[in-house]
Amino acid sequence: MANRQYELVYILPPDSTEQQVAELHTQIEGVVSRMNGGIDKTENWGRKRLAYEIAHNKEGVYVLDVINGSGELMKELDRRLRVLDQVIRHMIVRVDEEKKVVDRTRSKRQTDSERRRVRRGLPPVRQPGEGRQPIDLDDTDDEHFDGVEV
Amino acid sequence: MAFGQGRTGGGGGRGKAGDKKGGEKGQGQRRTLFRRRKVCKFCADKIDDINYKDVKLIGPFVPERGKILPRRISGTCAMHQRKLQTAIKRARQIALIPYVTD
Repeated sequence: MANRQYELVYILPPDSTEQQVAELHTQIEGVVSRMNGGIDKTENWGRKRLAYEIAHNKEGVYVLDVINGSGELMKELDRRLRVLDQVIRHMIVRVDEEKKVVDRTRSKRQTDSERRRVRRGLPPVRQPGEGRQPIDLDDTDDEHFDGVEV
Repeated sequence: MAFGQGRTGGGGGRGKAGDKKGGEKGQGQRRTLFRRRKVCKFCADKIDDINYKDVKLIGPFVPERGKILPRRISGTCAMHQRKLQTAIKRARQIALIPYVTD
């Protein structure tokens, strides 16, 4: 069974009550568990301003679910969310592969820097107050840049 | 004839520009005022993950109008611009970032 990780974000109208949010969540949970999936994490971002109006709403209640499961499950979930009137917007993104890449680059950088430091005869981890202090580059006015690099 | 004149004129202009630059070089300080080193923000800060949920990170790359800031202005490297692009497009879908604003 292909085990993939997805992120589901959905937006409810701003006037929906706590109970309505919980109700929808149990509904989603039901679909997920019925199709052998699992919810890893749920985040309620609460009421947020929308960048643009959706169905005449200027605000919305955001909920994020991290779901483990198959593509079939997400297809079904997508279909159901499309039908539901109380969800004004939803989005499903697959995250497991990107996460893997990010972890790999992060660990690679870590080991590389440690190896280099050891070769230079330094302790593998950077000590506090070591190295060059960050300089404040004047990067605010981009219009004056003449486009020539030296 | 006209062609020749034009050329010399152009050459003269270039020469002038060169002189100016030479003058700046002597001062040293002025050069840094004119040219700033553009570096990819994500490379410099070692940000691996450009996430659509992180509006604080993406926000500066979406100016007033709602368009994605081009690489030639922001200095972002190709790889990170690509990742930024998908992140912005996803954030637009769930109304964290506008498609257009006028």
